[in-house]
Amino acid sequence: MLSRHADSLFWLARYVERAENTARLLEAAARLSAMPVAHAEGANEWEMAVAATGTLDSFAATYGEANARTVVDHLAFSSTNPSSIRSCLETARTNARSVRTALTMDMWETINLGWLEMRRFSAAKMNRQELSDFLTWVKETSLRFDGSAYRTMLRNDAYYFLRLGTYIERADFTARILNVKANVLDPDRPTVGGGFDYYQWSWILRSVSALTSYHWVYRENLKPHLVADLLILKEEMPRSLVSCYDNITRFLDSLARDYGRQGPSQRRARSTLGRLQGCDLDELFKAGLTDFLADFVWDNGRLGAAIAEQYLE
Amino acid sequence: MPPVAFDEMNGTGDACRAAYGLIKSWLDATDPEFLKRRQQEAEFLFRRIGITFAVYGDAEADERIIPFDIVPRVLTNSEWGTLSKGLTQRVTALNRFLADIYGKGDIIRAGIIPEQLVYQNPSFRPEMLGVKLPADVYVQIAGIDVIRTDDKDFYVLEDNARTPSGVSYMLENRDVMMRLFPDLFAEARIQPVENYPDELLATLRSLAPASAPSEPTVVLMTPGPLNSAYYEHSFLADKLGVDLVEGRDLFVRDNVVYMRTTEGPQRVDVIYRRIDDDFLDPLVFRPDSVIGVPGLISAYRAGNVTLANAVGTGVADDKAMYTYMPDIVRFYLGEEPILKNVPTWRCREPDSLKYVLEHLPELVVKEVQGSGGYGMLVGPKADKAMIETFAAKLRADPDNFIAQPTLALSTSPTFVGEGIAPRHVDLRPFVLTGSDRVRIVPGGLTRVALKEGSLVVNSSQGGGTKDTWIIEDPDDDEDAALGGGMVSQSQSQSQGGS
Repeated sequence: MLSRHADSLFWLARYVERAENTARLLEAAARLSAMPVAHAEGANEWEMAVAATGTLDSFAATYGEANARTVVDHLAFSSTNPSSIRSCLETARTNARSVRTALTMDMWETINLGWLEMRRFSAAKMNRQELSDFLTWVKETSLRFDGSAYRTMLRNDAYYFLRLGTYIERADFTARILNVKANVLDPDRPTVGGGFDYYQWSWILRSVSALTSYHWVYRENLKPHLVADLLILKEEMPRSLVSCYDNITRFLDSLARDYGRQGPSQRRARSTLGRLQGCDLDELFKAGLTDFLADFVWDNGRLGAAIAEQYLE
Repeated sequence: MPPVAFDEMNGTGDACRAAYGLIKSWLDATDPEFLKRRQQEAEFLFRRIGITFAVYGDAEADERIIPFDIVPRVLTNSEWGTLSKGLTQRVTALNRFLADIYGKGDIIRAGIIPEQLVYQNPSFRPEMLGVKLPADVYVQIAGIDVIRTDDKDFYVLEDNARTPSGVSYMLENRDVMMRLFPDLFAEARIQPVENYPDELLATLRSLAPASAPSEPTVVLMTPGPLNSAYYEHSFLADKLGVDLVEGRDLFVRDNVVYMRTTEGPQRVDVIYRRIDDDFLDPLVFRPDSVIGVPGLISAYRAGNVTLANAVGTGVADDKAMYTYMPDIVRFYLGEEPILKNVPTWRCREPDSLKYVLEHLPELVVKEVQGSGGYGMLVGPKADKAMIETFAAKLRADPDNFIAQPTLALSTSPTFVGEGIAPRHVDLRPFVLTGSDRVRIVPGGLTRVALKEGSLVVNSSQGGGTKDTWIIEDPDDDEDAALGGGMVSQSQSQSQGGS
């Protein structure tokens, strides 16, 4: 297929995934801010949400203080933040439009309708209920897109590039959100502290819709190292790093098989997957979770670049 | 005032013409509120599918839909038969003409066409002189705008031989109509148009260069998502099952065109290009074009790639050349033209200019190179000041204008909000020319001037579109006795059940 089309599919999927992740993040922040213990100590939940998207600097420059109003504007509606939900849906549609021929009707209609609807929402005077409805709608748009891709697309290179975009973006998000809390984690104190600390850990799980899964898997109270275990190493957890890389490797191998050639991105992905699978949680904590996650985010970015170089340019 | 127009449903009186029997009884039996709801549904469908176009210089509404009218425009098989013969004849002559003026130039030496009209025409491309094209086909895809003024004759208003657009509306209009009014389609036996993409692909493949493999690679080339017809480009690429490429996806090496794919360079044999000559190749035409492909024309001249349409076809479809079309048909085919030309004054001829200046209030004056309804004067609709301004323009540069009588374009029943009213229409059938034969799917794009009394059907000027039906002649029922019997049987069953 055309390299430019593959590129558009890859980024289309990334932006849809990013819109959904950001919606989940805001949903969790809004929930946390409604807790009685909110503002008790340390970084507030809104600031954490901005930190998780890696846009603290541009946020501080535009808004100053992080509160419900400024953060919702920045993450959901800003047209200057290229990762806001609005920007994501717009960029997704631009990509979809330039690659329409590779999309099924269901996928295109979801993206096009999403873009048309988005123009009806604005930050001004949005109350809690309206915000919640809006975020639900964003998630539904992403789910519908994902589902229509799954159900209607031919399983060929177009599908593989789309999925690669989804999983690379997802892995990036999981690593980033974990890192927001990881940098205050004390390896010698493996239990969750009081009130607010507890809610923050549950916030992280909620942002990746994994709170219920946590209880099913561990049948325990929230423990930081188990949260890390779930989000990094558990293969059955669909947003864990290892699960994302399992999928990335699979789709890259499918490409290599169809094209009859392996390349740098296949090798790179397999090496990351191997590292994750051979990882021991205790050692990981001893060596420093923050460093591990920062390295992962960098490696993951390098893989995106390798895919671009190998196929998309 | 122009004379009362011929109405395709009611003729010039009140008697319903046979072709519209079904439409008339449908309209009479249907509640206008129901039509209104269906009209809104149609608009929603178009919006959701993204069938939009951009209006240049209109940043606010960067994507609009063309208004769609739910009342179909109907022609009978026998009307269509005459029309399609005429279209085939006309496009065949157009292709012969182009091969001639870029070849030996017989028609100029025979004194039929003035030399400077060809060689000094801004759309004439000297780069094409002596280039041999597969099967000598220049205009693979033509959109011929025809109108009628009574129940007999069709007139050609314009030959679009460059990159005619609108065929996606022909296909989508049919699709939407079938979704909205399935019952109507069960009753009328309407010739299908949905095979257009197959016919187009067969046409394009038949004209692949001799050096191409037996399964040539065809692509559709677009200026990109910002182009007003981008929807159509993506729609057609999808239906054709070919890649939709932009200039930056292509490159030329050793006079061969390749596209950049995820598996490396792939050779391209046929380019259905929806981009003007000027922008095709910055090395040959406009050097500032960023949407073209450097080296493309060199590969083209070397015979390694087919462009559809060919470079330089614009010389055949401007309004000055139009006036010579009947002579062109006679010269190459030795036949009388089946489709008429609208009588036209060439303002470059002093006698004609004099007549035109004296009769401006009753004439339509158009720029020779203009299109899309821009830059024209509709005499009967213009006030004194407008006419005087235009007269000055005309005196300053008479070569640039032609004039025609204000034609009473036929009208067709149209849903206009308060109910059904007659509105003026034209028709653009799409004529495909391959190495083997000419293909025309029965139908075309009917454009309708939605404003009461308006004669301008262009979408940029408030025009809309209709589905166009070619149906069996109502008297032909004996020919299809069996089919007719089966249809009426199922009708009576459904009536009995309701």
